[in-house]
Amino acid sequence: MTQKNRFETGGQIDRESLHKFTFDGKSYTGHAGDTLASALLANGVRLMGRSFKYHRPRGVLTAGSEEPNALVELRGGARQEPNTRATTIELYDRLFAKSQNRLGSLKFDLLAINDRLSNFLTAGFYYKTFMWPAAFWEKLYEPIIRHAAGLGSLSLKEDPDVYDKGFLHCDLLIIGAGPSGLAAALTAGRAGADVILADEDFRMGGRLNSESYALGDMSGADWAAATVAELASLPNVRLMARTTVIGAFDHGIYGAVERVSDHLREPQPDKPRQILWRIYTKRTILAAGATERPIAFDNNDRPGIMLASALRTYANRFAVAADKRVAIFTNNDDGHRTATDLQAQGIKIAAVVDVRADAPRSADYEVLHGEVVDTKGRLGLTFAELKLTDGSSRTLECGALGMSGGWNPNVHMTCHQRGRPTWNADLAAFVPGEALPAGMTVAGAALGDLSTAGALSGGVKAAQSALDLSGQGPDLPQAEDAPINIKPFWYVEGCSRAWLDPQNDVTVKDVKLSHQEGFRSVEHLKRYTTLGMATDQGKTSNMGGLAIMAEFAGKTIPEVGTTIFRPPYTPTAIGAFGGRHRGQEFHPKRLTPSHAWAEERGAVFVEAGNWLRAQWFPLPGETTWRESVDREVLATRGSAGVCDVTTLGKVDVQGTDAAEFLNKIYCNGFAKLAVGKTRYGLMLREDGIAMDDGTAARLADDHFVVTTTTANALPVYRHMEFVRQCLFPDMDVQLISTTEAWAQYAVAGPNSRKVLEKIVDQDISDEAFPFMACANITVCGGLRARLFRISFSGELAYEIAVPTAYGDALIRRIMDEGAEFDITPYGTEALGVMRIEKGHAAGNELNGTTTAQNLGMGRMVSKKKDSIGSVLSEREGLNTDTDLRQIGIKPVDPSASVPAGAHLMKLTGPISAAEDQGYVTSACYSPNLGHAIALGFLQNGSERMGERIRLVSPLTGVETEVEIVSAHFIDPEGDRLRA
Amino acid sequence: MHDLIPSTALGGSTPRTDTFPHVTLSENDGLALASVAARLGREADCHGHLSALLGRVPGPGQAVLRDPEAGFWMGPEQWMIGAPSASQELLAEDLKARFGDSASITEQSGGWVCFDLIGPGMVDVMERLCAAPVRRMQAGDAQRTVIHQLGCFVIRREDPNHLRILGPRASAGTLHHALVTAARATA
Repeated sequence: MTQKNRFETGGQIDRESLHKFTFDGKSYTGHAGDTLASALLANGVRLMGRSFKYHRPRGVLTAGSEEPNALVELRGGARQEPNTRATTIELYDRLFAKSQNRLGSLKFDLLAINDRLSNFLTAGFYYKTFMWPAAFWEKLYEPIIRHAAGLGSLSLKEDPDVYDKGFLHCDLLIIGAGPSGLAAALTAGRAGADVILADEDFRMGGRLNSESYALGDMSGADWAAATVAELASLPNVRLMARTTVIGAFDHGIYGAVERVSDHLREPQPDKPRQILWRIYTKRTILAAGATERPIAFDNNDRPGIMLASALRTYANRFAVAADKRVAIFTNNDDGHRTATDLQAQGIKIAAVVDVRADAPRSADYEVLHGEVVDTKGRLGLTFAELKLTDGSSRTLECGALGMSGGWNPNVHMTCHQRGRPTWNADLAAFVPGEALPAGMTVAGAALGDLSTAGALSGGVKAAQSALDLSGQGPDLPQAEDAPINIKPFWYVEGCSRAWLDPQNDVTVKDVKLSHQEGFRSVEHLKRYTTLGMATDQGKTSNMGGLAIMAEFAGKTIPEVGTTIFRPPYTPTAIGAFGGRHRGQEFHPKRLTPSHAWAEERGAVFVEAGNWLRAQWFPLPGETTWRESVDREVLATRGSAGVCDVTTLGKVDVQGTDAAEFLNKIYCNGFAKLAVGKTRYGLMLREDGIAMDDGTAARLADDHFVVTTTTANALPVYRHMEFVRQCLFPDMDVQLISTTEAWAQYAVAGPNSRKVLEKIVDQDISDEAFPFMACANITVCGGLRARLFRISFSGELAYEIAVPTAYGDALIRRIMDEGAEFDITPYGTEALGVMRIEKGHAAGNELNGTTTAQNLGMGRMVSKKKDSIGSVLSEREGLNTDTDLRQIGIKPVDPSASVPAGAHLMKLTGPISAAEDQGYVTSACYSPNLGHAIALGFLQNGSERMGERIRLVSPLTGVETEVEIVSAHFIDPEGDRLRA
Repeated sequence: MHDLIPSTALGGSTPRTDTFPHVTLSENDGLALASVAARLGREADCHGHLSALLGRVPGPGQAVLRDPEAGFWMGPEQWMIGAPSASQELLAEDLKARFGDSASITEQSGGWVCFDLIGPGMVDVMERLCAAPVRRMQAGDAQRTVIHQLGCFVIRREDPNHLRILGPRASAGTLHHALVTAARATA
């Protein structure tokens, strides 16, 4: 098909570059420099979509990002993107798009029946209709509504593209590269400032590319191109076309989405589709221009009816006639500019219909004083019905109609930090208020300077003001400086189906209904009618809606006010917010020093925070994890096992007050801990609840190494820094994390000493290195290392640490040297089993609700000193004789399971929260005992040893008789670990 | 002399290098690191030792790029000192001897992975990775920043195309992946 509506000359398209594309399966051609909308119009396609609610035929309303109607599904397969605005899609070769929100073809949409039911489907329809019967909601109403609702469809496939995030810094961010933005950039760029000029369009120039008037002796588009070329030559200016600034955030930070690859069929290898930039700027000039608004009259939504400025854009920039016969409906002089431009391109102007009695006359086209009251044309405009001021009626034959209701400055970004725009009666529009985001200046049409000369000079002044520059600034070309002559006119009196918000099918009548039913606040109006929601966020509709509400409410427009402007300015892909953080890269991984070795052995890993820890090490023939874990436990308790415990937090504590500092953060005493000794410590929160436990090893008088649980490494370190900096700033103590600096392995089991004696260079006999000893040592002939004789498993055990670079070598050496003792690597599951067998508390027990007394450690809270949490740990009501105590649990029937999370009830009686006596925190199968065991908390538990009780888990259907026993299932006297 | 063989942060026996048209990314395995924190009331003594070691005391956001030892500011009265590990593997012990009880010294060699990013596209790569104003940083500027959720230090070296990145060693693979991905995206 030829481009029948394309002018033979003109426009800013590359006629040498022919792009083929398809829309709804039909092939067309366009040119580089086209949008999908301009190319479709060039091919005579006016019908581009169906409306949201009534499925009315729709074409383009605009030529920019404010487009509410021409939403299409772009691309296919996994890249299919619904709700893409045809007016912003840069045409590329073999582009594939289809219309959306239809049942059947675009021309014969079966859901257009909704339009016939419009009397029932008014605003508030859902709220009123689906109230009864209640049972119908979930099974009938909601499925039907969900099936019918929504625009476009998702591919439900993973997005094959990647998105980047980026960070930029500048002295001056200029948002918008129209006349004011370009003039500002020229001023700032020539002055040497670091400037970022961002524009959402792929061609910078803004309205200069859409207008026919000259700047000096050049066309506006040529002046824009020449200015952009100069800016591109300046090393201090970064030009960012295809970049939409989406929000103004705190501290001079702006979000911007750069569409790197959207103008390509698919991104180049390794290149992102889009980049979400975070721009840090000292000053900002908002030069975002203005958006023309439509006028509401009956059936003003037919394809072919669009903003008058859009008609100019299609004609001047894209060399496209929306139709060969065009009418204009205006309330200001700008509508006449459209008529002049189109006529100059050879388009027949059916008439300009102007509501103003003093409308300018024209010798070139007919000017009628009156209103457009209705239109005709099933799938596109064919006739416009007029009612003239003299009382007569008239019908105009036309295929396109331009609406010019005035211009709204794009104030959105001025309001992203709760600023409110103010009303300008001369423009009949809101303009930026006084409370702007810090550092922001507004220039050009966004400020209400709607003439080109005003925009240019405003841009220069804004840059000079922002950067504190003096002088004249760049020489500006002579440009049009026409005044604003406008008569506010929002809708045609007496209309019934006059569309205010075509995206949400909101009519003047809906606003009236909202008012009648009491939803008069502009925010209520929005929610009740959906005015201004969805992809366009009401850029062309909000103003009309609130003006009409003002009239119905008997208020002024500023009294009604606007809704809150929120980012993002235009629809933004969720993928852009996610960036590279998806799939395996969702969060960083922390690998232990033995990770590669563990992988070689087929370890199964588990995430612990960002760490990947070996959970167990399956051997050939083992078919369940339990087999592996049972073997690891038995082997460790039987001879020797080794486990990577690098993940435990390690905080280096130094200073002359280091011991006193530990006395503050631990509830038990540390000041008298001898050098070369390690002590278990319990840390309380300010409110007396247990926070974390671990050990502190004293390597010197002024040097401790504190270990924390893996999960609490960061919170504990943060807490310690808070204590150091804020509570005890006069203490001489220095903290630094060394968690990753040392590879640390637990070597446990009765033969652990024998294994380590082959590695450690010093004497580690029980006499030389007794239980809870610690020391700086050397291994393997001289490598610096640390050794701690501590035990989580309850066995004779050590933790040995070397600088991380040697971690891989050390684990392999331990395995080699331990081979004669059948040393067995064990993972976190076996670790968990052994600590439950030993009755050691862990994260499940230190769960943010338990006290030292609950844990059976009440006496650890020293009364001889002050420590964080010690006072409140004894507050009234916290500790009672009958409160929860940590206990051990074993099933009466050895084959029964004991699930963690189960609750403890009396042997008989009801199962309810009121009867709850405690709960299970940790549970496992003990291969040493041959049955399940568990730790838990039970009321007055320490006094109930031997009692039988019922363990229930209503969720999993478990109800088991259990016996309360000591939490120390293995070696309660501690003989093994002191061996 | 011990007989354990170290591995690099990326798990290799030799440092890894990735070459792109605009940058080269090199794992730097030859850096010994130790932190220095001034003891309370001994700040002047500590500064004196730092000056003797580095030539001056690096202020906030600053590094002193001096051979063989270099150092950068990490926090109030806290610095990181680096030196070639081949000659100063026991850097922390050496510093303890030098600083005495004027400072707390902690070995950090195993805690960090170091990457050198060199090439004309270095800034473009970093703009996709961190909020630090790398383009504006001068030689000797050192900033704490976040790369792919990882707390890192970035230090501009004297070669304007050279940036040194220190990140948490356990996440060396993640950091390397992020750097390589950004390098490919900007190539």
